[in-house]
Amino acid sequence: MIPVELLLGLSTVLFFIGFFGFVTRRNLIAMLISIELVLNSVDINFAVFNRILHPGELEGFYFSLFSIGINAAETAVAIAIILNVYRRFHSDQVNSIENMKL
Amino acid sequence: MEYNFVFLILLLPALSFLVLGLAGMKMPHKVAGAIGTVVLGTIFCLSIYTAYEYFIGQGRGADGLYPHVTAFNLTWLKFSELLTFNLGFRLSPISVMMLVVITTVSLMVHIYSFGYMHGEKGFQRYYAYLSLFTMSMLGLVVATNIFQMYLFWELVGVSSYLLIGFYYPQGAAVAASKKAFIVTRFADLFFLIGILIYSFYVGTFNYDLHAMPTLHEQVAGAAVMLPVALFFMFIGGAGKSAMFPLHIWLPDAMEGPTPVSALIHAATMVVAGVFLVASLFPIFVEFAPEQLHWIAYIAAFTAFYAAAVACVQSDIKRVLAFSTISQIGFMLVALGVCLPDPHTGAVAMTEEYADVQGLGYMAGMFHLFTHAMFKACLFLGAGCIIHAVHSNEKEYMGGLRKYMPITHITFLISCLAIAGIPPFSGFFSKDEILVACYNFSPVMGAVMSGIAMMTAFYMFRLYYVIFWGKSYYETHINEGAHKPHEAPLTMTFPLIFLSIITITCGFLPFGELISANGIGFHTHINWTVAGTSVALAIIGIVAATLMYKNEETPVADKLAKTFPTLHRAAYKRFYMDEVWQYVTHRIIFRLISKPIAWFDRHVIDGTFDFLAWGSNEAGESIRPWQSGDVRHYAIWFLSGAVALTLVLLYML
Repeated sequence: MIPVELLLGLSTVLFFIGFFGFVTRRNLIAMLISIELVLNSVDINFAVFNRILHPGELEGFYFSLFSIGINAAETAVAIAIILNVYRRFHSDQVNSIENMKL
Repeated sequence: MEYNFVFLILLLPALSFLVLGLAGMKMPHKVAGAIGTVVLGTIFCLSIYTAYEYFIGQGRGADGLYPHVTAFNLTWLKFSELLTFNLGFRLSPISVMMLVVITTVSLMVHIYSFGYMHGEKGFQRYYAYLSLFTMSMLGLVVATNIFQMYLFWELVGVSSYLLIGFYYPQGAAVAASKKAFIVTRFADLFFLIGILIYSFYVGTFNYDLHAMPTLHEQVAGAAVMLPVALFFMFIGGAGKSAMFPLHIWLPDAMEGPTPVSALIHAATMVVAGVFLVASLFPIFVEFAPEQLHWIAYIAAFTAFYAAAVACVQSDIKRVLAFSTISQIGFMLVALGVCLPDPHTGAVAMTEEYADVQGLGYMAGMFHLFTHAMFKACLFLGAGCIIHAVHSNEKEYMGGLRKYMPITHITFLISCLAIAGIPPFSGFFSKDEILVACYNFSPVMGAVMSGIAMMTAFYMFRLYYVIFWGKSYYETHINEGAHKPHEAPLTMTFPLIFLSIITITCGFLPFGELISANGIGFHTHINWTVAGTSVALAIIGIVAATLMYKNEETPVADKLAKTFPTLHRAAYKRFYMDEVWQYVTHRIIFRLISKPIAWFDRHVIDGTFDFLAWGSNEAGESIRPWQSGDVRHYAIWFLSGAVALTLVLLYML
């Protein structure tokens, strides 16, 4: 069986890769992909902790599935926003919409 | 009881005020005036009917007293189980008498104003204010409790303010109205404090011992603080009734239209203080007789002071104003010289008490009644004269008896009444006052007799300089002086009506209707006192005749030249206005108000200014953190989360 540390290490690495991408990338699509990575790391955590803490039960797995479903919806909304930003500002760069602040 | 209609007495003038105040500008003058006058006529009839029903129709109750009828009483505010604030309508002998006085004078003033205010701008507004005033004054006299009285007390104050400032484009009228409002309001502060002390210790706002059987016990329980409360209430009354040194607003209040002076500043509102003391009379006599005598001393001094000033004023309305102050002094002296019964220490229920120790009560009320009639007549007469010569100053008058016969006769009747010549009404009431004063102490009696002589002198001085003496019109006819003419019928009718009352009302059996303990007694004339006072009045009149009847006035001029300082001081009202000016501006403003204003501006405002400045600065300094870049926020968010995690892991 794969040791827990390895699985949690994978999810941590995934989280920080995602976060690094979110902070460094300026392209909105790339930032969206980074967020997906962060969320995937969370899904892994759910599954791992379900397996080590409550073996035989399924809440964690179901919650992972639920989270994936929400992710899909969130991605759809985010892409719609990005498309609208592109139409409005003719750019997919995040600093192009800084002027939305007061 | 049969007094279900009395609410109309308050409601009708209130409605007329609303109608005239809101829709008056769209009405022609005549319609607005007619509405006001018809309403007043209606409540005049209702008041007369009430008085008839009260004194004759229902008559005395089984205990031989006129019942104090509470026609209605609504609870408005409930402070506690015991302390409630009611609005109601109470008929007692003095309030019924006041209803008659107020509606009579007010009706006459309404009719008179048709002529006097003819064509004035703001005619409808004027009638609206008159309605407001009448309503408030009626509410004051029928109050069932001291708080209701205070409420209407302030309302008469505000209507007086509005009417004094009626000619608001003139600076003098504005200044006078402000002065009247501030001075009376200052006095009313003491009234309010008195009410609060009274209600705190007694536990009710009710003051009528006849209407509330348990009240006597409650009042007796508060006997320690009661004199203070009553004296504070009297200060409020002194402000409205222009007692020294709070009298300064009344002469200036003559800036208002003359009929208003007749109604408010001679006949009705200024006697509110007298009415207040009379309402509280049983409590005063039993629990604060000392304070009652202080009132008498203050009032006697005021009467003397005002009479002295009235002797030298040149503006005829000012003379009448000081004469009013002096006469109100007489009324308050009459109330103040009443004594408790030597055996019981309170109001005794015997006829003898009403006739001896309590005589001043009846005398004061009687004088209030007669004075209202003849002083209103004098003021309205003065209005006719001012209307004819277009000035208040005596230099522009003189010799008017040929041009204004009706005004002349009615003015003369009123002057004789105020001087105390029989058989005019003033003789009877003033005689009773003097008898009451002699009952109190011979010194007080002698002083008041002396003031009565001064009254006769200054009133006849006024009469002679207006109607006799050198005629301004005849001496200035070549310079295009305006020919004086008699006033129209709307103005002379009230004069005639009021002078008829003045002639006849002295014969009213007043002691049978109103007395200190409610028991009727037969008034009799004390011929020693009456003879002396008539003789003194005649001396005063003769002196005035010798000094002022002829075209030249050598004696008067010589006197003024011999005592220039005294004459000037009296003309300047003994510098009382200057004293107040000094006290308010130099002492109160400089030493109290300025430091308080500084404290307010620098300490209180400063604290809040600092808080506002601090928040503003803090906001400015953290503003750049809101970069609008979502990635910055993510970094901060992560840092926060990591920091929290570390704290949770290692610190706890």
